[in-house]
Amino acid sequence: MEKKNIKVIKEKCTGCSICVDACPFTYIRIINNIAAISDDCRLCGICVSTCPEGAIVISKKETGKVDISKYSGVLVFGEQKDGRIAPVVYELLGKGRELARELNEDLFCVLLGNNLKEQATEMGFYCDKVYLYDSPELTSFRIDPYTSIISNLAKKIKPSIILLGATPMGRSLAPRVAARLKTGLTADCTSLDIDAEGNLVQTRPAFGGNVMARIICPESRPQMATVRYKIMRKAEKSSNPGLIVNRLCEFKIDRVKILESVKMKEGTNIVDADVIVSGGKGLGRPEGFKLIKELADVLGGAVGASRAVVDEGWISHLHQIGLSGRTVRPKLYVACGISGAVQHLAGMKTSDTIVAINKDSNAPIFSLAHYGIVGDLYEVIPKVIEEIRAYGSS
Amino acid sequence: MDVIVCIKQVPATAKIEIDEETGTLIREGIEVEINPFDLYAIEEGIRIKEKYGGKVTLTMGPPQAESSLREAIAMGVDDAILLSDKAFAGSDTLATSYTLSCAIKKLNCDIVICGVKTTDGDTGQVCPELAEHLGISHVCYVTRLEEIKSGRIKVKRELDNICEELEVPLPLLITVTKDINEPRLPSFRRKMYAKKVEIKLWKSEYLQENCLLFGLDGSPTRVIKTFPPPKQENTEKIIGDPLTQAKKLVSRLIKLKVVSI
Repeated sequence: MEKKNIKVIKEKCTGCSICVDACPFTYIRIINNIAAISDDCRLCGICVSTCPEGAIVISKKETGKVDISKYSGVLVFGEQKDGRIAPVVYELLGKGRELARELNEDLFCVLLGNNLKEQATEMGFYCDKVYLYDSPELTSFRIDPYTSIISNLAKKIKPSIILLGATPMGRSLAPRVAARLKTGLTADCTSLDIDAEGNLVQTRPAFGGNVMARIICPESRPQMATVRYKIMRKAEKSSNPGLIVNRLCEFKIDRVKILESVKMKEGTNIVDADVIVSGGKGLGRPEGFKLIKELADVLGGAVGASRAVVDEGWISHLHQIGLSGRTVRPKLYVACGISGAVQHLAGMKTSDTIVAINKDSNAPIFSLAHYGIVGDLYEVIPKVIEEIRAYGSS
Repeated sequence: MDVIVCIKQVPATAKIEIDEETGTLIREGIEVEINPFDLYAIEEGIRIKEKYGGKVTLTMGPPQAESSLREAIAMGVDDAILLSDKAFAGSDTLATSYTLSCAIKKLNCDIVICGVKTTDGDTGQVCPELAEHLGISHVCYVTRLEEIKSGRIKVKRELDNICEELEVPLPLLITVTKDINEPRLPSFRRKMYAKKVEIKLWKSEYLQENCLLFGLDGSPTRVIKTFPPPKQENTEKIIGDPLTQAKKLVSRLIKLKVVSI
């Protein structure tokens, strides 16, 4: 029995079983030389894209189509806190400009906050138009007013694409706006492109980072995506100032009251570090992080860690790198005693240079490393530290 | 205080392996578990019930997920509902959150608690979208629940390196981080109870909502292609005794201008 939404075109299917291997849920079998899809199918669509014959199709019922031709322009959320523009915004504007150029559309930036005239002028050099909501009522980020303002702006100017940083603020705000606009949202995109039909092609890790997926949002607008910091290239500042449009700050609901806001001690900032030395289970004991710290210090870098050692309590979660920790993109990443679970790799694989030191020559981390050292980290690292010190004093 | 916790059953991630050739998952022997982040949501729900009275209910997806609901009941959840229907297949985050909202609207609810994200989808989108469908406010990354008094709740949350104390009227949705509590282990008595207890099954008909918004039909996003993650092609293996390895590595780092002390 086949599901309504998914169908195997019997005339095209050759029974090659590529789809059987591709299905992440074991829901396809070959019966009488033809692929049969189980009733439990979750319609993830992986088989459709892997079938070499184009024999599997997924069809969707029409649900009140949006006239996508009415939407134009790329809108970037200009996240700021206390007047400081979040660094990811410059990267979104860089990517946004590329997309806008390809679509032959404009690039917009929306700024919300208090006393942001200077920042608006500055952002104007990176886009065509800045929508500025400047009011004491917007001094701090609250979900209700932010959602209203951005959703209403989107309804008014109808951008085809909205990009937000995958920061704590963006992750809270983007889904709320997407649900209000009843449109698609893709989290943590690692690349963004435009296809032949003018759709935004959003690439992100899927199934726990084991595969990459290309995702489109063909029938709704705006197409929304969040992007992590340090994934895209920064925008170039242009010499032409963009237009600044002052808009009235209007919202009806504001349920969250901020009683207190305290800046925590800036203990660890691994995200901005140029060099990161990370330790994993291979350290064998919590004290191993002393050696990791020493190497990080001589390289002028920060200390990172895998989820395994954070879960063991060897080091604070602030150091955790990976899918459930931070994404980093340093110039140099040294993985010590980290086998390289996909979850960890997802958080550091875009680093410029990756060095792996591990006893196990089959550790997956070596498949990603530029330089691999198979050996005992307790023997190798002290020598590396000595060599760097010797170089430093020569 | 009626609490609803939304959980998801996910593959036990540490055990996932990938086929080097095809880039697909090796599925044999994959175990499933409650999304680790959701355990903290369940624990917080149970704590609220213990302190303020009330009931904790649970909602979620596919038939196999029943085992996860039983685990949650063993921890102390009162009632479990399994939202499962072929009509829900192919849901992206918008359709998932819509479906959950239809179910929650059928229940009494003061607080909805969720984990920050799941380890498989890793989007963290479903919960804020759910709050929007429910028309209630939400607070992400809650690290502490201070108190619930006269229809208002006080919570602490962390955004980057800023810690905020917030007050919000109920009903409210929160997503909780791992710092909020230490999830309990089920007692033997609860485990026995959880084995026999009835898990309610809700299908799409029961939700009596616009079925065009469920599953694939209600999902604006579509996966068009999957491919294995890019790999580093030319790894240089640095060989020799530890001193030689160290010397070679440092000379390469100097060339790359990483070491410039």
